Amino acid sequence: MIKVTIDGINTEVPEGTTILQAARQIGGEIVPPAMCYYSTLKNSGGKCRACLVRVAAGSAKDPRPMPKLVPSCITMAQDGMVVENITNPQVLETRKGVVEFLLLNHPLDCPICDQAGECDLQNFAYEHGMAKTRYEEERRTFDPIDIGDKIKLHMNRCILCYRCTYVADQLTDNRVHGVINRGDHAEISTYIEKAVDNEFSGNMIDVCPVGALTDKTFRFKQRVWFTKPLDAHRDCPKCSGKVVLWTKGNDVLRVTARKDQYGEVKEFICNECRYDHKDMSHWTVEGPRHIDRGSVISQNHYEKVDLVKLKKDVERQLKFQEGKRLEQTNNSAE
Amino acid sequence: MGRKLLLKDINVPGIKSFEVYRKQGGYASVEKALKTMSPDAVVEEVKKSGLRGRGGAGFPTGMKWSFIDKKSEKPRYLICNADESEPGTFKDRFLMEYIPHALIEGMIVSSFALGAKTSYIYMRGEFRWIFPILEKAIEEARAAGFLGKNILGSGYDLELYVHSGAGAYICGEETAQIESLEGKRGNPRNKPPFPAIVGLYGCPTVVNNVESIAAVPHILNMGGDEYAKIGIGKSTGTKLISASGHINKPGVYEIELGLPVEEFLNSDEYCGGVWKGRKLKAVIPGGSSVPILPADLFLKNAKGEARLMSYESLADGGFASGSMLGSGGFIVMDETACIVRNLWTFARFYHHESCGQCSPCREGTGWMEKVLHRIEHGHGHMHDIDLLVDVAKKIEGNTICPLGDAAAWPVASAIRHFREEFEYHIKYPEKVMNPKHFEIEPFRSEKNLVMA
Repeated sequence: MIKVTIDGINTEVPEGTTILQAARQIGGEIVPPAMCYYSTLKNSGGKCRACLVRVAAGSAKDPRPMPKLVPSCITMAQDGMVVENITNPQVLETRKGVVEFLLLNHPLDCPICDQAGECDLQNFAYEHGMAKTRYEEERRTFDPIDIGDKIKLHMNRCILCYRCTYVADQLTDNRVHGVINRGDHAEISTYIEKAVDNEFSGNMIDVCPVGALTDKTFRFKQRVWFTKPLDAHRDCPKCSGKVVLWTKGNDVLRVTARKDQYGEVKEFICNECRYDHKDMSHWTVEGPRHIDRGSVISQNHYEKVDLVKLKKDVERQLKFQEGKRLEQTNNSAE
Repeated sequence: MGRKLLLKDINVPGIKSFEVYRKQGGYASVEKALKTMSPDAVVEEVKKSGLRGRGGAGFPTGMKWSFIDKKSEKPRYLICNADESEPGTFKDRFLMEYIPHALIEGMIVSSFALGAKTSYIYMRGEFRWIFPILEKAIEEARAAGFLGKNILGSGYDLELYVHSGAGAYICGEETAQIESLEGKRGNPRNKPPFPAIVGLYGCPTVVNNVESIAAVPHILNMGGDEYAKIGIGKSTGTKLISASGHINKPGVYEIELGLPVEEFLNSDEYCGGVWKGRKLKAVIPGGSSVPILPADLFLKNAKGEARLMSYESLADGGFASGSMLGSGGFIVMDETACIVRNLWTFARFYHHESCGQCSPCREGTGWMEKVLHRIEHGHGHMHDIDLLVDVAKKIEGNTICPLGDAAAWPVASAIRHFREEFEYHIKYPEKVMNPKHFEIEPFRSEKNLVMA
């Protein structure tokens, strides 16, 4: 086990843990945002630069600070490392810049985008972005295309996180889609509009942090915050069969895999579960899906307050404030 | 007359061929290294020589070599980075085109030093006509027994391949080059791990510039200590400078590091002065990605000392009043040159060449290009100047590879030193409509004019 300090909070993590994972163990507001990193996909991360943090001390052996901000999702924590995330103004300034860069060519069509309400970029921009853009030029545009009969690709909205290509690479055989072209003209494509039609292709929709890849069977059916999410499962020979049903009344509007609090799917599901069983009677319903309080989807959802979790949250917050106070007194003492 | 090493025999007729090159003393270092030296001794000589990477960053080559993971049992690779695509730099092309054997000889001794059994020359896609030149040189060297199995009876085997890229600037970045060589999309990797530990096919790899590798035989021939005597301070040896722009004699010159910049710019042996008797306005001393310097800061540093052509002297003053030697792409601009237009051209280049992997570079380079395009064509606003500075600051240091820095530095430095010119473009849009506006009427500072 190695000791790491993140924003003044000490924690112990096993060796080979990234800074981001260590921060996630602590939880709360000190967790850096991640747009491209996906813990279940190998080689992901390091691209969006949203999770940049400052390393104030490299390790106990070599306590020099790192010269540049480092991507926390792929930088390994070292014993005695001191990391500054939301306590460092430079990090927050850079993050603001990253939001601005990501939104430059991203259309602000949230009112008609199916991802609205469960969009990582929306949340990220809401937390760190500016109210106004400084960009006066035209955005680059592409036409929406069908990749496969069930998936629609809106390249305009893509932030090139490469997650979907990793899904295709690591979950399925015979990858037919990838990134073509370069720079801000780079696009996710199937090259000659070949259809993506393998068994697990639907997971591309789940890993997409924005509304670039959407489920054609659900498009424009319903705003996500008007639906009722339920945990459910069925016996599936191909996958775990553990899903979330997004329902309205007795209709199943959409089936997705279960995402954790950081929007990551741990158990991917097959296309049969996703598209072919939109009937309540095919599923064993476990109960209502827990949605984070911060999300718009949790509107009008009532849950019993988890006292244990609440106590943990308050304790962490107190620790964080104490760390901040100590840091300030240290700084003024210097 | 400065000392010449790399281009010593450039005027010998037929130096491209193996026989003539051999007759001029070529491949002597291979014989010396393989017959009398151990690989570690070669590395030691290079370390002693103080040779610094000629590709731009100026990292000591010997030290880079000593980082290679010797403990791992995986094969090691040497890659020669011949993906020279920096605007203003054309020294490697010249070397490979006219003395291909200098590179081959360097590759053999460098591979021997690193213990690489397979080495690659990654060549820029646009250098299509150099491809057969190098292939022929390799064939000649193989026929003479300098490549292949059991070279010169020493028991050392080496295969050397030339690989042609597909024309992407980003593949000059070492990890992108490795990806490209592996047959993937040329996206830079996140570091660490560095290529010296996990490089080509996951094996320890060293990537060196053409000129660095071509300098190694000379170091072995004359000894590391002797080589270190050439040059000044930590900038040892000779360097190829590709001079271009508004000068009388553009071309590739070999200089001893430490040559005064004034002599390089004005003497007839080198650039021959600014053309058409015009005044010097600005110089980019190391290829498009290094900061631009106005004439007064280029000739003398902020303290008033004359600058020399060396890594330290050109960088004197940091980014506030200095620049970098970089890859040696020496671009000279006279008083008719428009800094904004020039900067826009560079920004367009970096926008076009950004790989699109990480967001600050992908989006930021395009943004800067569009704003600069607007200013240059007379549609700018005063707040655009500060916007450019801010965007450059947010790209710099926050990207995976140095392309983001390379795109941000010229913008930041041009605005730092030539802010008035940007303001001129915004104040007088009708004057800058003509693309040759400063040729008609050179830019004059308005700072000292008295308002009527």
